[in-house]
Amino acid sequence: MPPRLRRLVAWAAASVVVVLFVAVLGVVAIAPAAESAPGAGQGQGQGGLVAVLFYVLSLLTLLGAALVAFVRNIVYSALGLLASLLGAGSLYVLLSADFVAIAQLLVYVGGVMVLVLFAVLLTNKITEVNVSNSSFGLFGGLLLLVAMVPVLVAVAVLTPWRTSVPGPLAPTTEALGDALLTHWLLPFEVASLVLLATLIGAVIIARKELKAD
Amino acid sequence: MTISLAHYLVVGALLFALGLVTVATRRNAVGVLMGVELILNGANVNFVAFERYVGGGVGGFVFALFVIVLAAAEAAVGLAIVLALFQTSKNIDVRQADLLRE
Repeated sequence: MPPRLRRLVAWAAASVVVVLFVAVLGVVAIAPAAESAPGAGQGQGQGGLVAVLFYVLSLLTLLGAALVAFVRNIVYSALGLLASLLGAGSLYVLLSADFVAIAQLLVYVGGVMVLVLFAVLLTNKITEVNVSNSSFGLFGGLLLLVAMVPVLVAVAVLTPWRTSVPGPLAPTTEALGDALLTHWLLPFEVASLVLLATLIGAVIIARKELKAD
Repeated sequence: MTISLAHYLVVGALLFALGLVTVATRRNAVGVLMGVELILNGANVNFVAFERYVGGGVGGFVFALFVIVLAAAEAAVGLAIVLALFQTSKNIDVRQADLLRE
């Protein structure tokens, strides 16, 4: 009971730290910067709804990410990764990137998560929680977080980005297809080659019977 | 209050930081790969947010798509390597995976 309780308390403390950090940043640091930024006042009419959606979705994303980083049981980590990827995909919708959001859902949530869960279930005995995901230590991770996050956040908030006023949400799929097949044709083809090499390589690496031949 | 570019950049930065913590602290190879996915997602949030608020075109979305494609490829190969490692040594602790050292 005490180790489980201690783990629970440590985990709750970590999530509370992250959430408080986001909240304090949003109120203290970002709000004045956002109000003084050019063109910040002109949203798309329903700014309040978008703000609430943004906060809920980013909370989902960051809580899932905290689960991935700090929970010992790796099955819970995989489910946290699922929540985090879902939240990030929904944030893309708020950013008018509809096709990227759908691709995120299909590729990450549909494909990569299934792969990760397969790997988790194939490589671990689920009952042995301590063996399955021994961690370097909550303290080291939190220390790294505390050391790194303020720098990144300060750069993101204090830099005077030359933002333009974003237009209303619009479908981007047609423009995306045009760009992929004209301006970014070479990277597109190279990506297809990479996928082919990945397909063959993954099969060859994961196959057992190859040594028998 | 209106959501600005900095909000999305902070979310991306926190995702990146949590992913880096995961990569640095996990011993389980699958956990390390999950951390890499978080890092790539943080970068992707930045790509899309910059395209929306600064670029105004579609190039950032294209790069987000490429990141998604390469992340899928990385996950497939990485997890295949993890499975091969597990078949040979029955252990996916990244600190004990030193078969190629000698």
